[in-house]
Amino acid sequence: MTSSTSSPRATGTYPVKRGLAEMLKGGVIMDVVTAEQAKVAEDSGACAVMALERVPADIRRDGGVARMSDPEMIEAIKAAVTIPVMAKARIGHFVEAQILEALGVDYVDESEVLTPADETHHIDKYKFTVPFVCGATNLGEALRRISEGACLIRSKGEAGTGNIVEAVRHLRNIIGDIRKVGQADSAELFQWAKVLQAPLPLVQEIAETGWLPVPLFCAGGIATPADAALAMQLGAEAVFVGSGIFKSDDPAPRAKAIVEATTHFRDAHILAKVSRGLGAPMTGIGMDEINQRYAERGW
Amino acid sequence: MSNVGGPHRLVGVLALQGAFVAHERALAIAGANTRQVRQPADLEGLDGLVMPGGESTTMSRLLTTSGLYDEIKALLSDGLPVFGTCAGMILLASEVLDGRPDQRSFGAIDVSVRRNGYGRQVDSFEADIDVVDFDRTFHAVFIRAPKVVRVGPNVEVLAELDGVPVVARQGHVMVASFHPELTGDARLHARFLQEV
Repeated sequence: MTSSTSSPRATGTYPVKRGLAEMLKGGVIMDVVTAEQAKVAEDSGACAVMALERVPADIRRDGGVARMSDPEMIEAIKAAVTIPVMAKARIGHFVEAQILEALGVDYVDESEVLTPADETHHIDKYKFTVPFVCGATNLGEALRRISEGACLIRSKGEAGTGNIVEAVRHLRNIIGDIRKVGQADSAELFQWAKVLQAPLPLVQEIAETGWLPVPLFCAGGIATPADAALAMQLGAEAVFVGSGIFKSDDPAPRAKAIVEATTHFRDAHILAKVSRGLGAPMTGIGMDEINQRYAERGW
Repeated sequence: MSNVGGPHRLVGVLALQGAFVAHERALAIAGANTRQVRQPADLEGLDGLVMPGGESTTMSRLLTTSGLYDEIKALLSDGLPVFGTCAGMILLASEVLDGRPDQRSFGAIDVSVRRNGYGRQVDSFEADIDVVDFDRTFHAVFIRAPKVVRVGPNVEVLAELDGVPVVARQGHVMVASFHPELTGDARLHARFLQEV
């Protein structure tokens, strides 16, 4: 008595794009620059990898223009692992995004870590079958990205610093304003839309549901298991770890520990256990020591 | 009411990684109480367990490090009702193709599944399916979904898509290739609660 269905299949729809972000919740997405690193990430329990040519710490050190990675390298990483593979395109560089889609990556990160290609416009993400994640420093920026078709938002933090302070600032900005919008009456929501420079229907949706219409992850500065758990306790639903793993002394144990900390983020005993003996984290830099804030890219 | 067997039962949702919050919402709509399960102590007193979508390799690793694997294996042998979706189905299958060599699954239902059998994210899709005994179609969202490539003789197929099983049951174990937790339609959760 089986029901067999032959139904039209719709790809690239909002539920399908947003659905993969739902599946990444509670997980760690790790930056990798080689197939070997991608394997270490998967072995350590990463729920996805971000393929890029240089980790943000190296982009920061080397300077110059940072672009989409070589397709050959992305293909090699795709072949090395079974988990989802993301890759970065420059802000506004819709052709890099088209190439990444053609390569079959699972998510495109329209990322401020790369050098922007357009200082006015972000990519029209509705034109793509592949879903997009975008960074945000505050609620208005998050809603503008969602209105362009982003299906996942990450707080930007300050990539390549190993310093969690900006990620905390951005998470608190976004989540604090979500709470305030939730308290507003219907007349005040018009003013919120104006202040946030965001579409009114999205502001009204937040007032009704108490959350963004898409998941909110944290990125930019996570270097330790405690950093990951801090982001999760503040309300992030998953974490991206960039330079923090493969710029540390001993990446594999640190990667595993950050995965444990992201799952057991409220259990201080487990956090204490997994934080032991990991070797030196990436050195990290203070915000007054950097001359380029990536978080300021994007509009 | 279709969910005569199950309201107000306590159902655990494996919360190591993945879409566990969405499952809690669907179970609440279907009338169950829920608890997130991250450690063995969280299994105490459960009437049923849900294994959500997410990354099966990540969950497999965390099942071992948390000490949950052996405890859940024992509960499944004792007949604890369980519902696995997508990655959860992979965790419950007797055979996993294209998995990692160290990937563990409970072998609770006699099916072989191929990880990412429907392709990568650009191939992910939604479609309406007919489910046995449902009076209207169920809208199913498939995300990098596992594909059932073999079902054992004791497995009951509850829905197919283009001839391939997408919902199946064997005794107290129910699995789906897709994500009923994402669409707000709690009929499959209610069906599961009838077993709980």
